[in-house]
Amino acid sequence: MRVPVTTNRPDVPSPLAGALHVFEHRAYAYRRAFRGSLFSSFVNPALFLTAMGLGLGGIVNARSPAAFGGITYIQFLAPGLLAGSAMQQGFFEASFPVMRGLVWNRTFHAMHATPIGAQAVAVGTLAWIAFRLALVSAVFMLVAWVFGAVASPMVVLGIPAAVLTGLAFAGGMGAYMATQRRPDKFSAIFRWLITPLFLFSGTFFPIDSLPAQIRPIAWLSPLWHGVELTRAASLGTLLDDPWAALAHLTVLVALVAVGGWLFIRNVERKLDA
Amino acid sequence: MPIDPASPSLIHARALTKRFGTFTAVDAVDFDVAPGEAFGFLGPNGAGKTSTMRMIGCTSPSSGGTLTVLGMDPAIQGPEIRSRLGVVPQADTLDEELTVRENLLIYGRYFGLSRSECARRADELLDFAQLTERRDSLVEPLSGGMKRRLTIARSLINEPDMMLLDEPTTGLDPQARHLLWDRLYRLKQRGVTLVLTTHYMDEAEQLCDRLVVMDKARIVAEGSPRSLIDQYSTREVAELRFPVGVQETLDGKLDGLADRIEHLPDRVLLYAEDGEAVAVAVHERGLRPETVLVRRSTLEDVFLRLTGRSLIE
Repeated sequence: MRVPVTTNRPDVPSPLAGALHVFEHRAYAYRRAFRGSLFSSFVNPALFLTAMGLGLGGIVNARSPAAFGGITYIQFLAPGLLAGSAMQQGFFEASFPVMRGLVWNRTFHAMHATPIGAQAVAVGTLAWIAFRLALVSAVFMLVAWVFGAVASPMVVLGIPAAVLTGLAFAGGMGAYMATQRRPDKFSAIFRWLITPLFLFSGTFFPIDSLPAQIRPIAWLSPLWHGVELTRAASLGTLLDDPWAALAHLTVLVALVAVGGWLFIRNVERKLDA
Repeated sequence: MPIDPASPSLIHARALTKRFGTFTAVDAVDFDVAPGEAFGFLGPNGAGKTSTMRMIGCTSPSSGGTLTVLGMDPAIQGPEIRSRLGVVPQADTLDEELTVRENLLIYGRYFGLSRSECARRADELLDFAQLTERRDSLVEPLSGGMKRRLTIARSLINEPDMMLLDEPTTGLDPQARHLLWDRLYRLKQRGVTLVLTTHYMDEAEQLCDRLVVMDKARIVAEGSPRSLIDQYSTREVAELRFPVGVQETLDGKLDGLADRIEHLPDRVLLYAEDGEAVAVAVHERGLRPETVLVRRSTLEDVFLRLTGRSLIE
C-alpha cells in the first residue's frame, strides 16, 4: 500500500490471459462440486441407456431387426442422447451461471473491476462451458461404450460434435440471459423450445418417421444437425457422406459463431454501460 | 502522509457528464482528488454518485467532458488504470461458491499475480479484515459486515494506489459500520487514497477530508465537512417537534427566533449560534413543543440548506 504510485506491478494480463483467469476461477469453484457432478454424469446416461436402449431397444430389435439398417437400437440411440444432453447442458450452463454473474452475485462485474476486459469475461465463460461439455460428453461415451452402444473408434469425434452442439445453444441462451433482470422466461424456453427439440430432432427415432410435411421443420433444428454429426461419428459413417457431415458441421459452427458473438456483445454492454 | 500540493491529481474531472439515452445521470461535474486524501461524494440515492464512481473505475465510458485517473485516460488505458484501483461496489460481488480465502486468491490472479504471491497477500489481508478465523468458511453464511470486510480485503489484493468505495456501509448495523470505519481509517493512515460515496452524513464526517455534495446529477457544494457546515449552516440547531396538527397552525409565531427556519413534515428546525437560547425563547412565546432537541449542525443540515430536501427520504 504505497502512495501515490507504485512501479513493480505485474503487467496487465492480455485478453487471452484474462479469459484463462476466468476459466481458472470457474474451475476452482467447480472442484468442490466435481465428485457429485462427475457421478451424475455417469449415472444419467447409464439410466437412459438401460431403460430406453436395453429395455425399449430390446423390443424394437426383436420386432423389427432391420428397422435401423443393421444396427441395434441402442447404437442408434446413444449418439442422439449424447447430442441431446449436450444441448441441455449448454443451455443450463449459459442460463443461471450467467444470471449469477451479471445480476445475482455480480461476479462478472467483480472480474471486470480488475484489468480484465468484458470480452475476456465472456470468452472465459464460453471456454468453461466448452470444457464442461467435453467432460460430460467423454463420460457419456465411456458409458455408451460399456453398454456396447458404440460401433466405431471414430466415436471420439463425437465429443467435439457434442461440444459444438452444446455451444450452439449456450451462445444464444447466454446472449439472451445477459439482457434479462430475472430468469422469468427460463421455464418457458425450456418447455417450448428445448423439450420439443430434444424429442423431435432424430434423437429417439429417425426424422424419416415424421410425416413428410413436418420433416423440413426438423432440418431447422440445430439439434438435428448435432445429432446427425454425432451419430455418424459413433457409427463410423462420417466419411460415407462427407458433404452431409460438412453441412452439419457448418451449421453448428455458424450457430456457435453467431451465438458466441452475441453473447460477448451483450456481456460487454452490461459490464461497460 | 501529507498531501503534496505540487503532485498531480489522482483524479481530474472537468465537465464530466454521463447520459443514458435522454437521461442525464451526471451533469458536467468538476472535481479533483489529491494523493493521500479521503474524498467523498455525499448525496441522496439517484444523485449520480454511482455513475461517477463507475466512470472513475473505468467500467462506464463518459458521455462528455474530460476525465483523467492516475494521470491516464479511462477511454484508452482502462485496464492499466483498473490494475491500480481497489473497487468496493455498492452490492457485494463475492463469489458465494468459494470460501473466504479462495475469494482473495482467485481475485489476485486477475491482476496477474502469481499463486504464491496471492496466497501471501490473502493471509495478510484476512488478518487486516479480521476474518482469519473464517478463512475456510464459505462466503454465503457470513454476516453483512463480514462480507463487506471481505470485499474491502479483496479490493486491496493488488495493493491499489486508490480505493473506490461505493456506499461502503449501507445496510450494516451500527457496530459493523464502526468496525468498517476503523479499517478504512487505518488505510487512510497508511496513505491510501480513498474515494467514497455515501448518503450518511456521519460517514462523510468520520472519513472524508474533503467532499462534494451532489444532487440531481450536479455538484452543489465542495469543501471539508467543517467548512461546509460553517459556510452553509449555523453552529447549532434546535429541533422542535409539536403535537400532531399544531405545526400547521404556527404561522409566523417562530419568526425572528433564529437565523433560519426549516419546516419539515414532522418537525421544525431553528438554526442559530446558541440553540439553548432559542429553546428558551420558544417557551417564552408561549409555545409548547412536545420535544426540543438542541444539537450541533451536521452535513445533513448543509444538504437541507442546499437542496431543500433531506438526504434520506
